[in-house]
Amino acid sequence: MRRALAWLPWLAGALLLAYTFVAGGYLVTVLGFAALYAIFVTGLNFFMGYTGQVSFGQNAFAAIGGYTSAVLTVTHGWPVFAAMPLGIAAAALLALVIGYPTLRLRGHYLAMATLALGMIVQEIAVQWDRVTMGYTGIAAIPPLGAFGWELPNERAQLAALLAALALAVWVSGRLKHSRLGHALAAIAGSEDAARALGIDVARYKLLAFVIAAAYAAFAGSMFAHFVGFVSPEVFGLHMVVLGFTMLYVGGIGTVYGPLIGALIISLLPETFRSFKDYQDLAYGVALIVILIYAPKGLTSLARLWAQRRTATAAPAVEAAPHKKASA
Amino acid sequence: MEALLAVHGLSARYGNVEALHPTDLAVARGELVAVLGPNGAGKSTLLRAIVGLTPGAGRVHFEGAELPRDDARAVAMRGVILVPEGRGIFGPMSVRENLDLGAYLLGSRRGEIAARLQRVFALFPRLKDRQTQLAGSLSGGEQQMLAIGRALMAGPRLLLLDEPSLGLAPRLATEILETLGDLNRHGMGILLVEQRAPLALKLAKRAYLLALGRVVAEVTPDQIASPHDLARYYFAAA
Repeated sequence: MRRALAWLPWLAGALLLAYTFVAGGYLVTVLGFAALYAIFVTGLNFFMGYTGQVSFGQNAFAAIGGYTSAVLTVTHGWPVFAAMPLGIAAAALLALVIGYPTLRLRGHYLAMATLALGMIVQEIAVQWDRVTMGYTGIAAIPPLGAFGWELPNERAQLAALLAALALAVWVSGRLKHSRLGHALAAIAGSEDAARALGIDVARYKLLAFVIAAAYAAFAGSMFAHFVGFVSPEVFGLHMVVLGFTMLYVGGIGTVYGPLIGALIISLLPETFRSFKDYQDLAYGVALIVILIYAPKGLTSLARLWAQRRTATAAPAVEAAPHKKASA
Repeated sequence: MEALLAVHGLSARYGNVEALHPTDLAVARGELVAVLGPNGAGKSTLLRAIVGLTPGAGRVHFEGAELPRDDARAVAMRGVILVPEGRGIFGPMSVRENLDLGAYLLGSRRGEIAARLQRVFALFPRLKDRQTQLAGSLSGGEQQMLAIGRALMAGPRLLLLDEPSLGLAPRLATEILETLGDLNRHGMGILLVEQRAPLALKLAKRAYLLALGRVVAEVTPDQIASPHDLARYYFAAA
Protein backbone atom coordinates (compact mmCIF):
# COMPACT_ATOMS: atom_id res chain seq x y z
CA MET A 1 0.00 0.00 0.00
CA ARG A 2 2.75 2.43 1.08
CA ARG A 3 4.85 1.56 -1.96
CA ALA A 4 1.84 2.08 -4.23
CA LEU A 5 1.19 5.49 -2.65
CA ALA A 6 4.83 6.46 -3.14
CA TRP A 7 4.49 5.81 -6.83
CA LEU A 8 1.26 7.78 -7.12
CA PRO A 9 2.83 11.23 -7.74
CA TRP A 10 5.13 9.75 -10.39
CA LEU A 11 2.20 8.05 -12.08
CA ALA A 12 0.25 11.33 -12.03
CA GLY A 13 3.27 13.12 -13.50
CA ALA A 14 3.66 10.53 -16.25
CA LEU A 15 -0.04 10.79 -17.13
CA LEU A 16 0.20 14.59 -17.22
CA LEU A 17 3.20 14.39 -19.52
CA ALA A 18 1.51 11.87 -21.80
CA TYR A 19 -1.58 14.08 -21.99
CA THR A 20 0.59 17.13 -22.72
CA PHE A 21 2.40 15.42 -25.58
CA VAL A 22 -0.90 14.21 -27.06
CA ALA A 23 -2.91 17.41 -26.56
CA GLY A 24 -0.05 19.88 -27.23
CA GLY A 25 -0.85 23.60 -27.16
CA TYR A 26 -0.55 25.87 -24.13
CA LEU A 27 0.13 23.05 -21.68
CA VAL A 28 3.43 22.35 -23.50
CA THR A 29 4.52 25.92 -22.78
CA VAL A 30 3.45 25.68 -19.13
CA LEU A 31 5.32 22.42 -18.61
CA GLY A 32 8.33 23.83 -20.47
CA PHE A 33 8.47 26.75 -18.02
CA ALA A 34 8.04 24.32 -15.14
CA ALA A 35 11.01 22.27 -16.40
CA LEU A 36 13.17 25.40 -16.80
CA TYR A 37 12.37 26.59 -13.32
CA ALA A 38 12.90 23.08 -11.94
CA ILE A 39 16.49 23.18 -13.26
CA PHE A 40 16.98 26.69 -11.84
CA VAL A 41 15.57 25.72 -8.43
CA THR A 42 17.52 22.44 -8.32
CA GLY A 43 20.64 24.60 -8.53
CA LEU A 44 19.33 27.01 -5.88
CA ASN A 45 18.68 23.97 -3.69
CA PHE A 46 22.38 23.13 -3.75
CA PHE A 47 23.23 26.41 -2.10
CA MET A 48 20.17 26.97 0.07
CA GLY A 49 18.90 23.46 0.76
CA TYR A 50 22.01 21.30 0.91
CA THR A 51 24.42 23.95 2.23
CA GLY A 52 22.03 26.09 4.29
CA GLN A 53 23.09 29.44 2.79
CA VAL A 54 20.97 32.22 1.28
CA SER A 55 21.18 33.71 -2.19
CA PHE A 56 18.85 36.31 -3.67
CA GLY A 57 21.11 36.71 -6.69
CA GLN A 58 20.70 33.53 -8.71
CA ASN A 59 18.84 35.52 -11.37
CA ALA A 60 22.21 37.13 -12.19
CA PHE A 61 23.64 33.78 -13.28
CA ALA A 62 20.48 32.87 -15.23
CA ALA A 63 20.81 36.22 -17.02
CA ILE A 64 24.44 35.52 -17.88
CA GLY A 65 23.52 32.12 -19.31
CA GLY A 66 20.53 33.51 -21.22
CA TYR A 67 22.25 36.58 -22.60
CA THR A 68 25.44 34.72 -23.54
CA SER A 69 23.37 32.26 -25.56
CA ALA A 70 21.27 35.02 -27.09
CA VAL A 71 24.15 37.32 -28.06
CA LEU A 72 26.43 34.59 -29.39
CA THR A 73 23.76 32.81 -31.45
CA VAL A 74 21.83 35.85 -32.75
CA THR A 75 24.54 38.51 -33.10
CA HIS A 76 27.56 36.31 -33.84
CA GLY A 77 25.91 33.28 -35.42
CA TRP A 78 27.38 30.73 -33.03
CA PRO A 79 25.76 27.29 -32.83
CA VAL A 80 23.56 26.71 -29.79
CA PHE A 81 25.72 23.99 -28.26
CA ALA A 82 28.82 26.17 -28.45
CA ALA A 83 27.16 29.23 -26.89
CA MET A 84 25.50 27.36 -24.05
CA PRO A 85 28.65 25.95 -22.36
CA LEU A 86 30.33 29.35 -22.65
CA GLY A 87 27.43 30.98 -20.79
CA ILE A 88 27.59 28.34 -18.08
CA ALA A 89 31.36 28.71 -17.77
CA ALA A 90 31.07 32.51 -17.59
CA ALA A 91 28.47 32.27 -14.80
CA ALA A 92 30.56 29.72 -12.90
CA LEU A 93 33.63 31.93 -13.20
CA LEU A 94 31.71 34.99 -11.97
CA ALA A 95 30.37 32.92 -9.04
CA LEU A 96 33.93 31.91 -8.20
CA VAL A 97 35.22 35.48 -8.30
CA ILE A 98 32.23 37.03 -6.50
CA GLY A 99 31.76 34.13 -4.10
CA TYR A 100 35.30 34.15 -2.72
CA PRO A 101 34.89 37.45 -0.82
CA THR A 102 31.09 37.38 -0.51
CA LEU A 103 30.72 33.97 1.12
CA ARG A 104 32.63 35.18 4.17
CA LEU A 105 29.36 36.93 5.01
CA ARG A 106 26.58 35.09 6.77
CA GLY A 107 22.80 35.31 7.07
CA HIS A 108 21.23 38.65 6.19
CA TYR A 109 24.53 40.14 5.05
CA LEU A 110 25.05 37.35 2.52
CA ALA A 111 21.43 37.73 1.38
CA MET A 112 21.92 41.47 0.81
CA ALA A 113 25.21 40.96 -1.04
CA THR A 114 23.68 38.40 -3.41
CA LEU A 115 20.59 40.59 -3.89
CA ALA A 116 22.93 43.38 -4.99
CA LEU A 117 24.63 41.02 -7.44
CA GLY A 118 21.29 40.21 -9.09
CA MET A 119 20.41 43.91 -9.35
CA ILE A 120 23.81 44.84 -10.78
CA VAL A 121 23.64 42.21 -13.52
CA GLN A 122 20.08 43.25 -14.38
CA GLU A 123 21.18 46.89 -14.57
CA ILE A 124 24.03 45.90 -16.89
CA ALA A 125 21.51 44.11 -19.11
CA VAL A 126 19.51 47.37 -19.29
CA GLN A 127 22.41 49.81 -19.76
CA TRP A 128 24.72 47.83 -22.07
CA ASP A 129 22.19 48.18 -24.88
CA ARG A 130 24.80 48.00 -27.66
CA VAL A 131 25.11 44.31 -26.82
CA THR A 132 21.93 43.44 -24.91
CA MET A 133 19.47 45.73 -26.78
CA GLY A 134 18.44 47.21 -23.41
CA TYR A 135 14.75 46.96 -22.49
CA THR A 136 13.90 45.88 -26.07
CA GLY A 137 15.65 42.58 -25.47
CA ILE A 138 16.97 40.09 -28.00
CA ALA A 139 14.47 38.20 -30.13
CA ALA A 140 14.63 35.45 -32.76
CA ILE A 141 16.96 33.29 -30.68
CA PRO A 142 17.25 29.93 -32.44
CA PRO A 143 15.63 26.90 -30.79
CA LEU A 144 17.65 24.04 -29.35
CA GLY A 145 19.52 22.05 -31.98
CA ALA A 146 22.92 20.92 -33.17
CA PHE A 147 24.95 20.69 -36.39
CA GLY A 148 22.55 22.86 -38.37
CA TRP A 149 19.52 20.88 -37.25
CA GLU A 150 16.86 22.42 -34.99
CA LEU A 151 14.21 20.77 -32.89
CA PRO A 152 11.14 21.05 -35.13
CA ASN A 153 8.41 22.00 -32.67
CA GLU A 154 7.55 22.82 -29.06
CA ARG A 155 6.85 19.18 -28.20
CA ALA A 156 10.37 18.18 -29.26
CA GLN A 157 11.80 21.11 -27.30
CA LEU A 158 9.83 20.06 -24.24
CA ALA A 159 11.24 16.54 -24.59
CA ALA A 160 14.76 18.03 -24.70
CA LEU A 161 14.02 20.17 -21.64
CA LEU A 162 12.73 17.15 -19.74
CA ALA A 163 15.86 15.18 -20.63
CA ALA A 164 18.00 18.09 -19.37
CA LEU A 165 15.89 18.26 -16.21
CA ALA A 166 16.25 14.51 -15.62
CA LEU A 167 20.03 14.88 -15.92
CA ALA A 168 20.03 17.90 -13.58
CA VAL A 169 17.99 16.08 -10.92
CA TRP A 170 20.05 12.89 -11.27
CA VAL A 171 23.29 14.82 -10.74
CA SER A 172 21.72 16.60 -7.76
CA GLY A 173 20.71 13.27 -6.20
CA ARG A 174 24.11 11.71 -6.77
CA LEU A 175 25.91 14.70 -5.26
CA LYS A 176 23.57 14.90 -2.25
CA HIS A 177 24.48 11.35 -1.24
CA SER A 178 28.17 11.73 -2.00
CA ARG A 179 31.04 12.82 0.26
CA LEU A 180 30.50 16.35 -1.07
CA GLY A 181 26.78 16.22 -0.23
CA HIS A 182 27.46 15.03 3.31
CA ALA A 183 30.03 17.79 3.81
CA LEU A 184 27.48 20.36 2.58
CA ALA A 185 24.86 18.94 4.97
CA ALA A 186 27.34 19.24 7.82
CA ILE A 187 27.93 22.90 6.93
CA ALA A 188 24.17 23.46 6.82
CA GLY A 189 23.89 21.85 10.26
CA SER A 190 26.71 23.72 11.99
CA GLU A 191 29.63 25.44 10.33
CA ASP A 192 31.67 25.29 13.53
CA ALA A 193 31.02 21.58 14.06
CA ALA A 194 31.94 20.93 10.41
CA ARG A 195 35.17 22.91 10.78
CA ALA A 196 36.03 21.05 13.98
CA LEU A 197 35.82 17.79 12.00
CA GLY A 198 38.26 19.07 9.42
CA ILE A 199 35.77 20.02 6.69
CA ASP A 200 36.97 22.92 4.54
CA VAL A 201 33.85 25.04 5.00
CA ALA A 202 34.90 28.01 2.84
CA ARG A 203 35.88 25.80 -0.10
CA TYR A 204 32.66 23.78 -0.01
CA LYS A 205 30.43 26.85 0.30
CA LEU A 206 32.16 28.32 -2.72
CA LEU A 207 31.78 25.06 -4.63
CA ALA A 208 28.04 24.92 -3.84
CA PHE A 209 27.68 28.54 -4.99
CA VAL A 210 29.47 27.76 -8.27
CA ILE A 211 27.34 24.65 -8.89
CA ALA A 212 24.16 26.66 -8.20
CA ALA A 213 25.36 29.37 -10.61
CA ALA A 214 26.07 26.77 -13.31
CA TYR A 215 22.56 25.33 -12.93
CA ALA A 216 21.04 28.84 -13.10
CA ALA A 217 23.03 29.68 -16.23
CA PHE A 218 22.01 26.38 -17.81
CA ALA A 219 18.35 27.18 -17.06
CA GLY A 220 18.79 30.73 -18.40
CA SER A 221 20.35 29.47 -21.62
CA MET A 222 17.65 26.82 -22.10
CA PHE A 223 15.04 29.54 -21.47
CA ALA A 224 16.51 31.69 -24.25
CA HIS A 225 16.32 28.86 -26.75
CA PHE A 226 12.91 27.58 -25.61
CA VAL A 227 11.17 30.99 -25.65
CA GLY A 228 13.33 32.62 -28.35
CA PHE A 229 13.54 35.91 -26.46
CA VAL A 230 15.39 37.47 -23.52
CA SER A 231 15.07 40.86 -21.85
CA PRO A 232 16.08 42.32 -18.47
CA GLU A 233 12.56 41.75 -17.07
CA VAL A 234 12.81 38.02 -17.76
CA PHE A 235 15.68 37.74 -15.25
CA GLY A 236 14.29 40.18 -12.69
CA LEU A 237 13.72 39.77 -8.97
CA HIS A 238 10.42 37.98 -9.58
CA MET A 239 12.50 35.04 -10.86
CA VAL A 240 14.15 34.81 -7.45
CA VAL A 241 10.82 35.11 -5.60
CA LEU A 242 9.27 32.43 -7.79
CA GLY A 243 12.33 30.20 -7.29
CA PHE A 244 12.10 30.59 -3.49
CA THR A 245 8.38 29.77 -3.56
CA MET A 246 8.99 26.65 -5.62
CA LEU A 247 11.82 25.57 -3.34
CA TYR A 248 9.80 25.91 -0.14
CA VAL A 249 6.58 24.51 -1.57
CA GLY A 250 8.35 21.48 -3.03
CA GLY A 251 10.68 20.85 -0.10
CA ILE A 252 13.98 22.60 0.51
CA GLY A 253 16.98 20.29 0.84
CA THR A 254 15.30 17.35 -0.89
CA VAL A 255 16.28 16.00 -4.30
CA TYR A 256 12.78 16.04 -5.81
CA GLY A 257 11.41 19.07 -3.95
CA PRO A 258 12.49 21.59 -6.62
CA LEU A 259 10.90 19.45 -9.34
CA ILE A 260 7.59 19.10 -7.51
CA GLY A 261 7.59 22.73 -6.40
CA ALA A 262 8.24 23.99 -9.93
CA LEU A 263 5.47 21.81 -11.33
CA ILE A 264 2.89 22.78 -8.71
CA ILE A 265 3.68 26.50 -8.79
CA SER A 266 3.59 26.52 -12.60
CA LEU A 267 0.28 24.66 -12.74
CA LEU A 268 -1.52 26.42 -9.87
CA PRO A 269 -2.32 29.68 -11.74
CA GLU A 270 -3.66 27.63 -14.66
CA THR A 271 -5.76 25.54 -12.28
CA PHE A 272 -7.40 28.67 -10.90
CA ARG A 273 -7.92 30.35 -14.29
CA SER A 274 -11.69 29.78 -14.07
CA PHE A 275 -11.77 31.92 -10.89
CA LYS A 276 -11.19 34.93 -13.20
CA ASP A 277 -10.86 38.07 -10.99
CA TYR A 278 -10.21 35.90 -7.93
CA GLN A 279 -7.45 33.85 -9.60
CA ASP A 280 -4.58 35.54 -7.72
CA LEU A 281 -6.50 35.33 -4.45
CA ALA A 282 -7.09 31.59 -4.91
CA TYR A 283 -3.43 31.11 -5.83
CA GLY A 284 -2.30 32.92 -2.68
CA VAL A 285 -4.69 30.97 -0.46
CA ALA A 286 -3.50 27.68 -2.00
CA LEU A 287 0.13 28.60 -1.24
CA ILE A 288 -0.68 29.48 2.36
CA VAL A 289 -2.61 26.23 2.84
CA ILE A 290 0.31 24.20 1.42
CA LEU A 291 2.84 25.91 3.67
CA ILE A 292 0.63 25.51 6.75
CA TYR A 293 -0.02 21.80 6.26
CA ALA A 294 3.31 20.91 4.68
CA PRO A 295 5.79 23.39 6.21
CA LYS A 296 8.71 21.30 5.01
CA GLY A 297 7.29 21.12 1.50
CA LEU A 298 5.10 18.71 -0.39
CA THR A 299 7.82 16.05 -0.51
CA SER A 300 7.68 15.87 3.30
CA LEU A 301 4.07 14.67 3.23
CA ALA A 302 5.02 11.09 2.36
CA ARG A 303 7.68 11.08 5.12
CA LEU A 304 5.29 12.58 7.68
CA TRP A 305 2.73 9.95 6.79
CA ALA A 306 5.30 7.16 7.08
CA GLN A 307 6.56 8.51 10.43
CA ARG A 308 3.01 8.67 11.76
CA ARG A 309 2.42 5.06 10.76
CA THR A 310 5.73 3.97 12.29
CA ALA A 311 4.97 5.86 15.50
CA THR A 312 1.60 4.15 15.88
CA ALA A 313 3.06 0.74 15.00
CA ALA A 314 6.06 0.85 17.37
CA PRO A 315 6.04 3.20 20.37
CA ALA A 316 9.35 4.93 21.06
CA VAL A 317 11.74 3.01 23.28
CA GLU A 318 13.26 4.82 26.24
CA ALA A 319 17.00 5.30 26.12
CA ALA A 320 18.67 2.48 27.99
CA PRO A 321 22.06 2.65 29.65
CA HIS A 322 24.86 1.98 27.21
CA LYS A 323 27.23 -0.90 27.60
CA LYS A 324 30.80 0.07 28.21
CA ALA A 325 33.73 -1.45 26.45
CA SER A 326 37.23 -0.44 25.60
CA ALA A 327 37.67 1.84 22.63
CA MET B 1 55.36 13.92 32.01
CA GLU B 2 55.70 15.09 28.39
CA ALA B 3 53.18 17.79 27.45
CA LEU B 4 50.65 16.75 24.84
CA LEU B 5 49.06 20.18 24.79
CA ALA B 6 50.73 23.35 26.01
CA VAL B 7 48.84 26.66 25.94
CA HIS B 8 50.84 29.86 26.43
CA GLY B 9 49.19 33.23 26.90
CA LEU B 10 46.08 32.31 24.93
CA SER B 11 43.48 35.07 24.90
CA ALA B 12 40.32 35.74 22.93
CA ARG B 13 37.90 38.61 22.59
CA TYR B 14 34.43 39.21 21.19
CA GLY B 15 34.52 42.77 19.87
CA ASN B 16 35.74 44.94 22.74
CA VAL B 17 35.11 42.30 25.39
CA GLU B 18 38.08 40.15 26.36
CA ALA B 19 36.33 36.83 27.06
CA LEU B 20 39.58 35.02 27.79
CA HIS B 21 42.54 36.79 29.35
CA PRO B 22 46.03 35.43 28.60
CA THR B 23 45.88 31.86 29.85
CA ASP B 24 48.44 29.11 30.34
CA LEU B 25 47.58 25.46 30.73
CA ALA B 26 48.93 22.05 29.85
CA VAL B 27 47.70 18.51 29.32
CA ALA B 28 50.22 15.69 29.60
CA ARG B 29 50.15 12.64 27.36
CA GLY B 30 47.40 10.27 28.56
CA GLU B 31 46.11 12.79 31.11
CA LEU B 32 42.50 13.87 31.74
CA VAL B 33 42.39 17.50 32.83
CA ALA B 34 39.22 19.31 33.83
CA VAL B 35 38.39 22.97 33.35
CA LEU B 36 35.81 24.12 35.87
CA GLY B 37 34.06 27.40 36.27
CA PRO B 38 30.71 29.15 36.54
CA ASN B 39 28.67 30.38 33.56
CA GLY B 40 30.46 33.04 31.56
CA ALA B 41 33.88 32.11 32.96
CA GLY B 42 35.31 31.66 29.46
CA LYS B 43 35.48 27.86 29.43
CA SER B 44 33.89 27.39 25.99
CA THR B 45 35.91 30.29 24.59
CA LEU B 46 39.07 28.61 25.85
CA LEU B 47 38.28 25.37 23.98
CA ARG B 48 37.17 27.23 20.84
CA ALA B 49 40.34 29.32 20.87
CA ILE B 50 42.52 26.22 21.26
CA VAL B 51 41.02 24.59 18.15
CA GLY B 52 40.92 27.85 16.18
CA LEU B 53 37.16 28.35 16.02
CA THR B 54 37.41 31.63 17.91
CA PRO B 55 40.23 33.96 16.88
CA GLY B 56 42.73 34.40 19.64
CA ALA B 57 46.21 35.61 20.47
CA GLY B 58 48.89 33.51 22.10
CA ARG B 59 50.46 30.18 21.27
CA VAL B 60 49.22 26.60 21.41
CA HIS B 61 51.64 23.70 21.07
CA PHE B 62 50.48 20.15 20.40
CA GLU B 63 52.98 17.29 20.54
CA GLY B 64 55.73 19.87 20.53
CA ALA B 65 54.70 21.71 17.36
CA GLU B 66 52.73 24.96 17.25
CA LEU B 67 49.09 24.70 16.16
CA PRO B 68 47.92 27.26 13.59
CA ARG B 69 45.59 29.97 14.91
CA ASP B 70 42.20 30.55 13.21
CA ASP B 71 42.35 27.33 11.17
CA ALA B 72 40.15 24.70 12.79
CA ARG B 73 40.56 22.33 9.86
CA ALA B 74 44.34 22.26 10.25
CA VAL B 75 43.97 21.70 14.00
CA ALA B 76 41.57 18.79 13.38
CA MET B 77 44.04 17.31 10.91
CA ARG B 78 46.65 17.28 13.68
CA GLY B 79 44.34 15.10 15.84
CA VAL B 80 42.85 17.71 18.19
CA ILE B 81 39.10 17.19 18.07
CA LEU B 82 36.43 19.25 19.83
CA VAL B 83 33.03 17.96 20.93
CA PRO B 84 31.29 21.33 20.98
CA GLU B 85 28.83 22.69 23.50
CA GLY B 86 25.30 21.67 22.52
CA ARG B 87 26.79 18.58 20.81
CA GLY B 88 26.69 20.03 17.27
CA ILE B 89 25.21 16.89 15.79
CA PHE B 90 23.71 17.09 12.31
CA GLY B 91 20.03 16.49 13.07
CA PRO B 92 18.63 15.89 9.57
CA MET B 93 21.28 13.22 8.89
CA SER B 94 21.25 9.64 10.11
CA VAL B 95 23.39 8.41 12.99
CA ARG B 96 25.60 6.51 10.53
CA GLU B 97 26.04 9.55 8.29
CA ASN B 98 27.04 11.62 11.33
CA LEU B 99 29.62 9.01 12.28
CA ASP B 100 30.92 8.80 8.73
CA LEU B 101 31.40 12.57 8.74
CA GLY B 102 33.53 12.15 11.84
CA ALA B 103 35.93 10.17 9.67
CA TYR B 104 35.83 12.83 6.96
CA LEU B 105 39.58 13.36 7.01
CA LEU B 106 40.17 9.66 6.28
CA GLY B 107 38.72 10.15 2.79
CA SER B 108 37.94 6.80 1.19
CA ARG B 109 40.05 4.59 3.50
CA ARG B 110 37.09 2.25 4.05
CA GLY B 111 38.96 -0.37 6.06
CA GLU B 112 40.08 2.11 8.69
CA ILE B 113 36.66 3.79 8.77
CA ALA B 114 34.99 0.40 9.38
CA ALA B 115 37.45 -0.41 12.17
CA ARG B 116 36.82 2.91 13.91
CA LEU B 117 33.08 2.41 13.49
CA GLN B 118 33.29 -0.95 15.26
CA ARG B 119 35.21 0.63 18.14
CA VAL B 120 32.55 3.34 18.49
CA PHE B 121 29.76 0.75 18.39
CA ALA B 122 31.57 -1.28 21.05
CA LEU B 123 31.67 1.82 23.23
CA PHE B 124 28.10 2.90 22.48
CA PRO B 125 26.06 -0.15 21.36
CA ARG B 126 22.95 2.03 21.31
CA LEU B 127 24.34 3.91 18.29
CA LYS B 128 24.65 0.65 16.38
CA ASP B 129 20.97 -0.08 16.97
CA ARG B 130 20.04 3.40 15.77
CA GLN B 131 22.32 3.69 12.74
CA THR B 132 19.56 4.55 10.29
CA GLN B 133 17.65 6.84 12.65
CA LEU B 134 17.81 10.59 12.15
CA ALA B 135 20.25 12.08 14.65
CA GLY B 136 17.78 14.84 15.53
CA SER B 137 15.29 12.26 16.78
CA LEU B 138 17.68 10.74 19.35
CA SER B 139 17.30 11.40 23.07
CA GLY B 140 19.67 13.90 24.70
CA GLY B 141 21.89 11.15 26.08
CA GLU B 142 22.07 9.37 22.75
CA GLN B 143 22.90 12.65 21.00
CA GLN B 144 25.81 13.14 23.39
CA MET B 145 26.97 9.57 22.71
CA LEU B 146 26.78 10.37 19.01
CA ALA B 147 28.74 13.60 19.42
CA ILE B 148 31.51 11.76 21.28
CA GLY B 149 31.34 8.80 18.86
CA ARG B 150 31.65 11.15 15.90
CA ALA B 151 34.67 12.80 17.47
CA LEU B 152 36.24 9.37 18.06
CA MET B 153 35.73 8.55 14.38
CA ALA B 154 38.18 11.37 13.66
CA GLY B 155 40.86 9.39 15.52
CA PRO B 156 41.73 12.09 18.06
CA ARG B 157 44.96 12.13 19.98
CA LEU B 158 43.49 14.83 22.18
CA LEU B 159 39.76 15.11 22.83
CA LEU B 160 38.28 18.42 23.95
CA LEU B 161 34.79 18.21 25.41
CA ASP B 162 32.58 21.18 26.18
CA GLU B 163 30.09 20.30 28.93
CA PRO B 164 29.17 16.79 27.77
CA SER B 165 26.78 16.34 30.71
CA LEU B 166 24.79 19.49 29.92
CA GLY B 167 21.04 18.84 29.94
CA LEU B 168 21.40 15.16 30.85
CA ALA B 169 19.81 13.32 33.76
CA PRO B 170 22.35 12.65 36.55
CA ARG B 171 22.49 8.90 35.78
CA LEU B 172 23.22 9.50 32.07
CA ALA B 173 25.71 12.26 32.85
CA THR B 174 27.59 9.88 35.15
CA GLU B 175 27.65 7.17 32.48
CA ILE B 176 28.90 9.54 29.81
CA LEU B 177 31.69 10.79 32.05
CA GLU B 178 32.60 7.24 33.09
CA THR B 179 32.96 6.39 29.40
CA LEU B 180 35.37 9.31 29.08
CA GLY B 181 37.26 7.85 32.02
CA ASP B 182 37.51 4.54 30.13
CA LEU B 183 38.86 6.32 27.06
CA ASN B 184 41.43 8.09 29.20
CA ARG B 185 42.52 4.82 30.84
CA HIS B 186 43.21 3.55 27.33
CA GLY B 187 45.63 6.41 26.83
CA MET B 188 43.59 9.21 25.28
CA GLY B 189 44.40 12.75 26.37
CA ILE B 190 41.25 14.64 27.38
CA LEU B 191 40.56 18.26 28.24
CA LEU B 192 37.12 18.33 29.82
CA VAL B 193 35.08 21.46 30.43
CA GLU B 194 32.37 20.78 33.00
CA GLN B 195 30.02 22.62 35.30
CA ARG B 196 29.31 19.49 37.33
CA ALA B 197 32.54 19.75 39.25
CA PRO B 198 32.12 16.68 41.51
CA LEU B 199 31.68 14.42 38.46
CA ALA B 200 34.66 15.90 36.62
CA LEU B 201 36.89 15.76 39.69
CA LYS B 202 36.25 12.04 40.07
CA LEU B 203 37.97 11.51 36.73
CA ALA B 204 40.52 14.29 36.46
CA LYS B 205 43.99 14.22 37.88
CA ARG B 206 44.15 18.01 37.83
CA ALA B 207 41.71 20.85 37.22
CA TYR B 208 42.00 24.46 36.19
CA LEU B 209 39.48 26.81 37.77
CA LEU B 210 38.32 29.60 35.49
CA ALA B 211 36.50 32.75 36.58
CA LEU B 212 35.90 35.97 34.67
CA GLY B 213 38.04 34.74 31.79
CA ARG B 214 41.09 33.95 33.93
CA VAL B 215 42.63 30.81 35.40
CA VAL B 216 42.30 31.51 39.11
CA ALA B 217 43.76 28.25 40.35
CA GLU B 218 45.19 24.91 39.37
CA VAL B 219 44.04 22.24 41.78
CA THR B 220 44.06 18.53 42.38
CA PRO B 221 40.78 16.77 43.26
CA ASP B 222 41.76 16.36 46.93
CA GLN B 223 41.97 20.15 47.27
CA ILE B 224 38.26 20.44 46.44
CA ALA B 225 36.45 18.61 49.19
CA SER B 226 33.15 20.50 48.81
CA PRO B 227 31.44 23.10 46.60
CA HIS B 228 32.46 25.68 49.23
CA ASP B 229 36.09 25.16 48.26
CA LEU B 230 35.27 25.98 44.65
CA ALA B 231 33.25 29.03 45.67
CA ARG B 232 36.21 30.22 47.76
CA TYR B 233 38.45 30.23 44.68
CA TYR B 234 35.84 31.96 42.51
CA PHE B 235 35.11 34.67 45.08
CA ALA B 236 38.81 35.24 45.59
CA ALA B 237 39.06 35.95 41.86
CA ALA B 238 36.18 38.45 41.98
